[in-house]
Amino acid sequence: MDFSNLLVIAVGSILINNFVLMRFLGLCPYIGVSKQLSSAIGMGMAVIFVMTLASFASWLIYYYLLEPSTSIWGVDLTFLRTVSFILVIASLVQFVEMFIQKLAPALYQALGIYLPLITTNCAVLGVAVLNIDEGYNLLEALVNGVAAGIGFTLALVLMAGIRERLDLANIPKPLQGVPIAFIMAGLMAIAFLGFSGLTVG
Amino acid sequence: MKLGHEFSKGLIEDNPVLRLALGLCPALAVSSSVFNAIGMGIAVIFVLTMSNLIVSVIRKGVPQKIRIPVYIVIIATFVTVVEMVMAAFRPDLFKALGIFVPLIVVNCIILGRAEGFASKHGVLASLLDAWGMGIGFTFALVLIATVREILGNGTWFGIPLTGPGFEPVLLMMLAPGAFITMGFLLALFNWRDEAKAKRLKDRVVKRAGFITRQPIRPEGGK
Repeated sequence: MDFSNLLVIAVGSILINNFVLMRFLGLCPYIGVSKQLSSAIGMGMAVIFVMTLASFASWLIYYYLLEPSTSIWGVDLTFLRTVSFILVIASLVQFVEMFIQKLAPALYQALGIYLPLITTNCAVLGVAVLNIDEGYNLLEALVNGVAAGIGFTLALVLMAGIRERLDLANIPKPLQGVPIAFIMAGLMAIAFLGFSGLTVG
Repeated sequence: MKLGHEFSKGLIEDNPVLRLALGLCPALAVSSSVFNAIGMGIAVIFVLTMSNLIVSVIRKGVPQKIRIPVYIVIIATFVTVVEMVMAAFRPDLFKALGIFVPLIVVNCIILGRAEGFASKHGVLASLLDAWGMGIGFTFALVLIATVREILGNGTWFGIPLTGPGFEPVLLMMLAPGAFITMGFLLALFNWRDEAKAKRLKDRVVKRAGFITRQPIRPEGGK
């Protein structure tokens, strides 16, 4: 088993091709939920959880039901990819919400309000589609899912920390709120560009 | 005219990207050239029109509890149509837009309009709303792409604009340029809004002063 390959995928998704700052995925929660550090952490944990499950489920669906060379009935159903992935993610989020509510009420208290928002988080569908486009195997897809979630959380938590301080800063009125958050994101993206020279292995 | 307003509100006043901050991911990701921006805009206009049309037609027959999954399946179906047509006829564009073509499904503008507008209004109003919002989205994308392409590449829609003396700012083509452009455009729209609100307020204050024949003083002033 070649683990350096998995490390390359993980570092790639967390730092080099950070989902938010380099691939522009999941911007709506990134701007919307980054006002407070505590809610940013809650959202981040929920996204890591759902992304991992979504990578796993969508990979199984694609290779066992849709792709003709490996599926159980050998019919080319790959055109159903987008429809089936979004349905899988939506129902997955619903199930996770019900399970957590029953089994871990404390966790539900912490993550509950963020879960419905995740269905339309394009980063989750994005990671499922990318896993297929890159031709990852199941283990690689799982690692990519976890790493993408961590990358999202990292960007979100850093941003929330900055925005809590920005509240105290004297900002020109038209720039207050979302515009300054975008400019901050731009500066963070410049910092993350520094990772693009990173080579692993 | 009320129907006219359903169309025109999406262009500037309630522009989905620049005023409502919806559909941000594709707005930033595909705006490195005007050509890609227009391609994405056309794809979104098509999906938005068809989903608003169908949702509006079936709005009375959809049970309240499962409406969101129903809308998502409708949207995903048309996105698949766009994917297949684009892959067949414009493979270059399909490749440039990459995963953002399937991701039109989770573009919040489309689900937002289906849930917030088409499920409550008639067919004609929903179509006009879809066109207004779709064109507003395209306009915002082209605006961002114009800034980025001119500064980052010295061209507009592939036409060279700047002479050889201009050194293109590579940063504008990369991710940071997209964020920074977006931030300043949003600020510009905020500023314009504020100036308009202030003008309106001044006019009201002036009229009030005329009626009472007294200059308006700030409260507590003696």
